[in-house]
Amino acid sequence: MPFVPPEIRLAGIAPEMALVVSAFVVLIAGTFARSRVNRVYLPALATIGFGASIYFAVSVWGENELQLSDMIALDGFATFCKISLAVFGLLTVWLGSDYLTRDGIEEPEFYGLVLLAVAGMMLMASAADLIVIFLALETFSIALYVLVGYRRRSIEGQESAMKYFLLGAFSSSFFLLGIALAYGAVGSTNLYGNSENPGLAQFLSESASEATGVLVLATGFLVVGLGFKIAAVPFHMWTPDAYQGAPSPITGFMAAGSKLAGFAALLRLFDASLFALRWEWRPLLIGIAVATMIAGSVLAVVQEDIKRMLAYSSIAHAGFVLTGVIATNDRGISGSLFYLATYGIAVLGGFAVVSILGGKDEHRVRLVDYKGAFYEHPALAGALTLFLLSLAGVPVTSGFVGKLVVFGAAIEAGYSWVVVIGMLTSAIAAFFYLRVLVVMYMQEPDESRPPIPVGRAASTVVALTAVATIILGLFWSPLIGAAEDATFFFVGG
Amino acid sequence: MSIDPSYYLALAGLMFAIGVVGTLTRRNAIVIFMFIELMLNAVNLIFVTFARMWGNVDGQVLVFFVLVVAAAEAVVGLAIILVIARRRETSNVDDISMLKW
Amino acid sequence: MPEGYFGQYATIGIFALAGMTLVGATLQLAKLVRPNVPTVQKYTTYESGIDPIGRGWAQSNVRYYIFALLFVIFDVEAVFLFPWAIIFESLGTQAFIEMIIFIGILALALLYAIKKGVLEWLS
Repeated sequence: MPFVPPEIRLAGIAPEMALVVSAFVVLIAGTFARSRVNRVYLPALATIGFGASIYFAVSVWGENELQLSDMIALDGFATFCKISLAVFGLLTVWLGSDYLTRDGIEEPEFYGLVLLAVAGMMLMASAADLIVIFLALETFSIALYVLVGYRRRSIEGQESAMKYFLLGAFSSSFFLLGIALAYGAVGSTNLYGNSENPGLAQFLSESASEATGVLVLATGFLVVGLGFKIAAVPFHMWTPDAYQGAPSPITGFMAAGSKLAGFAALLRLFDASLFALRWEWRPLLIGIAVATMIAGSVLAVVQEDIKRMLAYSSIAHAGFVLTGVIATNDRGISGSLFYLATYGIAVLGGFAVVSILGGKDEHRVRLVDYKGAFYEHPALAGALTLFLLSLAGVPVTSGFVGKLVVFGAAIEAGYSWVVVIGMLTSAIAAFFYLRVLVVMYMQEPDESRPPIPVGRAASTVVALTAVATIILGLFWSPLIGAAEDATFFFVGG
Repeated sequence: MSIDPSYYLALAGLMFAIGVVGTLTRRNAIVIFMFIELMLNAVNLIFVTFARMWGNVDGQVLVFFVLVVAAAEAVVGLAIILVIARRRETSNVDDISMLKW
Repeated sequence: MPEGYFGQYATIGIFALAGMTLVGATLQLAKLVRPNVPTVQKYTTYESGIDPIGRGWAQSNVRYYIFALLFVIFDVEAVFLFPWAIIFESLGTQAFIEMIIFIGILALALLYAIKKGVLEWLS
């Protein structure tokens, strides 16, 4: 049999390739350079990489096809996710450069790993084959295992890296079992498939409902694997520990990027590929969404560490986005995308403030350390207020619009009772965000604290995210329009 | 002469179940990781079995990818565990519990 | 030669049994024939002629560990070379260039490791 090499068109993965190449350049340049003092070129190189990546992503906006032996979906959905992820990565790198310089732990590996992690997350958004999803998942997970334990001198950092690693590896083997069973049921791991090549969507449209039993089982295991990445209850145990021990810029990056990547795969897998099986998986996801919203909000109330509190809040937010996923309509998909993009910006801004206020080696991350923060750092405290209000879903911030669109989609799909639970838990969540504000504004600062140096890049990140949070809260229609266009170009959607 | 594929699947299921139980009950990080590897290899066996059943090589190719990913994961994981073990002289996950809610 | 699926395993079993018997019998025969003169030197661990230091359970240098980690990664990557090598001739230039890129990335990783000083033996 003569070998026919697959047609190679790299437009679909050009953004990822730009990031991988720049990661190599950063790593090699960083190890060859003699100077260990002036390392401005490292974040600069990473910025160029992200810029190239955004350029490649934007240049294919509007195209809609499968590439590389149908392994990669080049569609608006993937492009939207990729641009959001590149922005998250860019903010993380800028924030990280100040953070690392302050703590004296700046190494090229940080930037290289962030670049590689974003490449993995992007690949996750455009994967049209289960095995590509798995490879992408592992690419960014392995990079994140290292980044979580990046503070080698910190005991908490090591511990959280180990917990994240063990639970992450455990959950990805469940995900892999799901892939294996899907392969057994269908004979292929492709998400779509056509009349010549088998695939999940094609299999479901052609076979009788009795033949899908194994695929339903596989779906369950796939939910476990992806549920872990988006930190949904009951797969959330790692979240508070990993978020607390990781360096704050990485915590923000995980909350924003890891969640977006996980949801991108979840949306493509469930709302497009396994759409025909929705009566089987929807009850499961509704149960998870309700449990996630309740557990995340309730457990966040009792936290005394601000990073742990934001970790539980991120769990609750996973539940809110899931209401958009279970809607299985176009508004649900575009609403989820909008929600994830705005949530990512707000949470990155929040962790930027936390990392600045934490001081050297992040000694001050407990709630009591925020006493009177407004009187010492009015601008930072004001920005944090804005981010927390956005996370709480208060009007005039982007978080309010995000909640509005995902809840609206769920109501449209007839799941009003899920939305009622979502609103009740939002009210609980507002309580612990307000608690931080009370501590910051209404309590006296301790006099003994030394001043905190604020880097230029980090303050730029805070300013940009704050402005974006306000602007998207007032003029949301361009971004929602983009998300809707993205959904329109959703292969098979 | 061939063996019924269900035997292989049963064996793989058993291996996976042992891996799950071991991961949840053991207390040494290295041993937990070995059980996770057992789960991955159980899945590999499933892939190979299904590849034989379907008569295509997709499943065998997937095994290659899983092997490589598992190796990369093992290297990173063992490095993390080693850093902790050197610092605390233990790899018992119960002794490593600074972070609690 | 036994027939059937399990029969083929029986062949292996017979060979294994024969092999073990042969080795065991030879050792027993040698024990009967050779002189038995135990001295202290004979019971020490053989370490290439150097006097052994410490006990047999001494911990090995942790630097071996880094080599082991590097080996695992590079060794496993080689798995992608085998399917390519088997049908190399019928693949054409495109696949050849792809494999060059793949090996080039591995070489970059090796270069990185060398520059990091991982392969230097500082004792």
